[in-house]
Amino acid sequence: MNIVVLVKQVPDTWSERKLSDSDHTLDRASADAVLDEINERAVEEALLAKEAHGGEVTALCMGPERATEAIRKALSMGADKAVHLSDEALHGTDAVGTAKALAKVVGTLESVDMIIAGNESTDGRSGAVPAMLAELLGWPQLTYARSLSLDGSTVTIERETDAGVTSVRAELPAVVSVTEKINEPRYPSFKGIMAAKKKPVSTLTLADAGIDAGEVGLSGALTQMVSSAPAPPKEAGQQVTDEGDGGTRIVEFLSGKNLV
Amino acid sequence: MVDYRLNDEHEQLRLSVRSFATKEVAPVIGDYYEREEFPYPLVSGMARMGLFGLPVAEEYGGMGGDYLALCVALEELARVDSSVAVTLEAGVSLGVMPIYRFGDQRQRERWLPGLASGEMLGAFGLTEPGGGSDAGATRTTAELRGSEWVINGSKAFITNSGTDMTGLITVTAVTGTKPDGGNEISTIIVPAGTPGLTVAPKYSKVGWNASDTHELAFDDCRVPAENLLGERGRGYAQFLATLTEGRVAIAALGVGLAQGCVDECLRYVDERSAFGRKIGENQAIQFKLADMELRAHTARLAYYDAADRMLRGEPYQKQAAIAKLASSDAAMDNARDATQVFGGYGFMNETPVGRFYRDAKILEIGEGTSEVQRMLIARELGLPAR
Ligand SMILES: Cc1cc2nc3c(=O)[nH]c(=O)nc-3n(C[C@H](O)[C@H](O)[C@H](O)COP(=O)(O)OP(=O)(O)OC[C@H]3O[C@@H](n4cnc5c(N)ncnc54)[C@H](O)[C@@H]3O)c2cc1C
Repeated sequence: MNIVVLVKQVPDTWSERKLSDSDHTLDRASADAVLDEINERAVEEALLAKEAHGGEVTALCMGPERATEAIRKALSMGADKAVHLSDEALHGTDAVGTAKALAKVVGTLESVDMIIAGNESTDGRSGAVPAMLAELLGWPQLTYARSLSLDGSTVTIERETDAGVTSVRAELPAVVSVTEKINEPRYPSFKGIMAAKKKPVSTLTLADAGIDAGEVGLSGALTQMVSSAPAPPKEAGQQVTDEGDGGTRIVEFLSGKNLV
Repeated sequence: MVDYRLNDEHEQLRLSVRSFATKEVAPVIGDYYEREEFPYPLVSGMARMGLFGLPVAEEYGGMGGDYLALCVALEELARVDSSVAVTLEAGVSLGVMPIYRFGDQRQRERWLPGLASGEMLGAFGLTEPGGGSDAGATRTTAELRGSEWVINGSKAFITNSGTDMTGLITVTAVTGTKPDGGNEISTIIVPAGTPGLTVAPKYSKVGWNASDTHELAFDDCRVPAENLLGERGRGYAQFLATLTEGRVAIAALGVGLAQGCVDECLRYVDERSAFGRKIGENQAIQFKLADMELRAHTARLAYYDAADRMLRGEPYQKQAAIAKLASSDAAMDNARDATQVFGGYGFMNETPVGRFYRDAKILEIGEGTSEVQRMLIARELGLPAR
């Protein structure tokens, strides 16, 4: 079972996050960068699958040079090796471009049985990359998994969305995206941390992976961010004193907001 | 060149333990503390991260790290909570290390995999109801009868000695008389549950309330002769070495508490207002925080120095005593100041600084009181022993 896990470095959700003024892309320098929490769960699920069925786990990351820290975290948790797609020309790549680039890199890897990703990143939150990647590879996509099981050459997930829970099964190879509920990721042990230093990380440029520079980056993006503004600060709440008419006042408030 | 920055692996470990402490320990520890309950799920989590095997070689199921790795983990845990930190500290520096350092091959193979993986906890019984500082005056006895040691006596304040996962307690006991007439002291491994060993109900403590501490009674408690740890008559030297090492670990724990006080205050002074401004805008508060940071920082350098000398195989007795003293002072002073900064909330058990205040005092007592540390430093200065 050879599993590729997509890992992304994101600004820590605990730190203040900003967009840069010039091109409305994420100001990655301003916040602490960490391995996305949802990716930790993706890595954990890959490791569980490997522990049960054998094989190898490869962490695949597209991102700037300092994303090596997120890769290190995945390797410390137990992934066997990593591939890092890093190129100046990738700056500003949108979801479609990301999926195209990742599909190319997956094409350079040998016999991949399954790709596991987080359902959406905590920074971009488009939630589209796993599905697009599956489409580009021509593989089945099993998204929003809250549980995953493998049986021979089939993968079955419980897919949980607002609409409910469904069971979805597909033949491998397949792309699976996982939700927050899938597992509790392990913390890297010291042995894992030490071992990570010796694990192979291959760094690829666009040219190495055979990616057309015109399809990625800000210029290749199909979507364009024209303006951005920080979320307005929270307004102070309104206090209603119940003078026998509390219920009516609440209904008034809700209907004023078109909520009832 | 002097370089007291952590190397890359230790720094990664620090981050990993920090994230465990803030995400897993911080949200739940207050309740365990309040209920005076041992936090089994947290201890299992620490075990899964390999923390109990940090300084143990991989061949015995350890992580193949060093003693500094243990210290770094302790500091980060204690930054959030001292009960879980001391469970690890006593588990490793008092539980694992004597067997790792002094045990023969058979003893190491029998006990270390379980201890280093954190499946079982080890305890170390040195202190007795009659005295701890003068540990050479042990009154517990062990007599070799046939192929068994028969142990009689009692031990006081023994950490990790009564949990469901306690696997063994190593105890010091008088095993005979030396040629010079003094007591011959040896260390003996007593598996948990051995008949004749009675674990008293847990103490009601001022602090460290989510850690496990009991008095132990030995009444014709019999263990096989092969449970003698290392050589007969080496008990005194063994516990001195164990305690010297342990001092560096407990120093790291104290630094964690001292730093935790700074963390909590930094957050609070930016939230709390009085007289129309944040309390953190008052210089009187700022200077308190500056002093707190100063104490945590200098105490950290002191334990880094002691650990560095230990790892180089150089003498470090004086540095270990200095580190323990500096760090327990820093912890006490910072806990007092942090509680002050928090005002009335600081006196509430639900705020971490309230816990820190209660947990700090024991650091001036356990593993050698502050007076004992000063005695050790004075000895190292060449002053006469009385
Ligand atoms: C929560 C907790 C956990 C503990 N865990 C363990 C454990 O796991 N294993 C273990 O073996 N022990 C443990 N201890 C015991 C601890 O190490 C002892 O309490 C400590 O060493 C002091 O011993 P004592 O309490 O007998 O005090 P004493 O030795 O009776 O000292 C009383 C006071 O006299 C002072 N004093 C003594 N001699 C001198 C001197 N010559 N000059 C000046 N002052 C002196 C001391 O500094 C102290 O202030 C624990 C204690 C506590 C409270």
